[in-house]
Amino acid sequence: MAQIFSRAADTWFRVAMLVIVGGLIGVFIVAMLLERSDYQTGRGWTVDQPVPFSHQHHAGALQIDCRYCHAGVERSARAGFPPTHTCMSCHSQLWTQAEMLAPVRRSLEEDRPLRWNRVIKLPDYVYFQHDVHVQSGVGCVSCHGQVDTMPLLHKAEPLSMSFCLECHRDPAPRLQPRETVADMAWHTDEDRRHLGERLMREYRVDPAGLTSCSVCHR
Amino acid sequence: MNARWHAGVVLLLALGGAGCDDMSRQHKAQDQAASTFFADGKVDQAPPPGVVSREQAARDAELARRPPLDAALLARGAERYRIYCAPCHGLAGDGHGLVVARGFPAPPAFTEARLREAPDRHFMEVIANGYGQMYGYAARVPPADRWAIVAHIRALQLSQHTEAASLPDAQRRALPGGAP
Repeated sequence: MAQIFSRAADTWFRVAMLVIVGGLIGVFIVAMLLERSDYQTGRGWTVDQPVPFSHQHHAGALQIDCRYCHAGVERSARAGFPPTHTCMSCHSQLWTQAEMLAPVRRSLEEDRPLRWNRVIKLPDYVYFQHDVHVQSGVGCVSCHGQVDTMPLLHKAEPLSMSFCLECHRDPAPRLQPRETVADMAWHTDEDRRHLGERLMREYRVDPAGLTSCSVCHR
Repeated sequence: MNARWHAGVVLLLALGGAGCDDMSRQHKAQDQAASTFFADGKVDQAPPPGVVSREQAARDAELARRPPLDAALLARGAERYRIYCAPCHGLAGDGHGLVVARGFPAPPAFTEARLREAPDRHFMEVIANGYGQMYGYAARVPPADRWAIVAHIRALQLSQHTEAASLPDAQRRALPGGAP
């Protein structure tokens, strides 16, 4: 009677096992890497806009405070896109003929808001509140990066759940005095953890509740 | 038997398909988003004419009453002034802000006689509704902050328009050219 298994059968079986198990692990690793890649999170990517607005020019060179335009950031959940009226506070006088600003003038004339495209779009099951972060001493820079150096706005951080949790688990070394949140160049020689712990007491930030699901999801 | 088997497959597919929607984009109206429901294409709708805000009374009261002048009010005023006024009026209130340096018509210095003599009401009114080339800031600067900014403007005027003789000795000695 002939042999059922060839002499190589054992080797083939081992190779097959290795390929199947290794392949599964490989697929898993590639999926994890893709999920965290800048391609997936959008970090570093600019977005087409109706007007190529430069934060570098306005917030950097002209030193206009973030809150001049994003006026809701201290008292509402959303920082808010500025209304056309805000753009026209200066552009009613400056660059009034510029082709680049034609959509802004048209928006004012027709009383229709400009349709900016979101650079940062959190999932709809995340209920992010700007006001509570600003009032607790989280600087704009912490999540948005050096916006004053960006000719076209891009995401500076992945803003993934793990990014949020990193700070929610241990906020102290990332907090800064409330008065300095919009200061892109803020710096202190004081120990950040020491300062942060003092600020947490002062602003009544309770780290125990910060990692509870319902803080961000509801 | 066969029908039950089919029903099972359909149920499994439905369950599997449900996982494809991770609910990161939900059909709900969000601030400042576009809407296909309203004719003007906006989610945010202005209240119907004649509606009075619940906060209107509180806002009116804030507008009418000048808050007591203290260090906290001045600090708030200095911060708000830096955010909303300094781009044109300049940090010193001389009308040489960075936006003016780029060609915006220069506003008058706060030390002008007309503005030193103007009542607080004048500044409250201008902050809210604008003046000349200046747009109104009512939407961005709530009444309490307007009072704080007025206090800061008064501080700027005082700091640049005071009789040297009226200063305390220590400060007078610190002046350049040092009064005796």
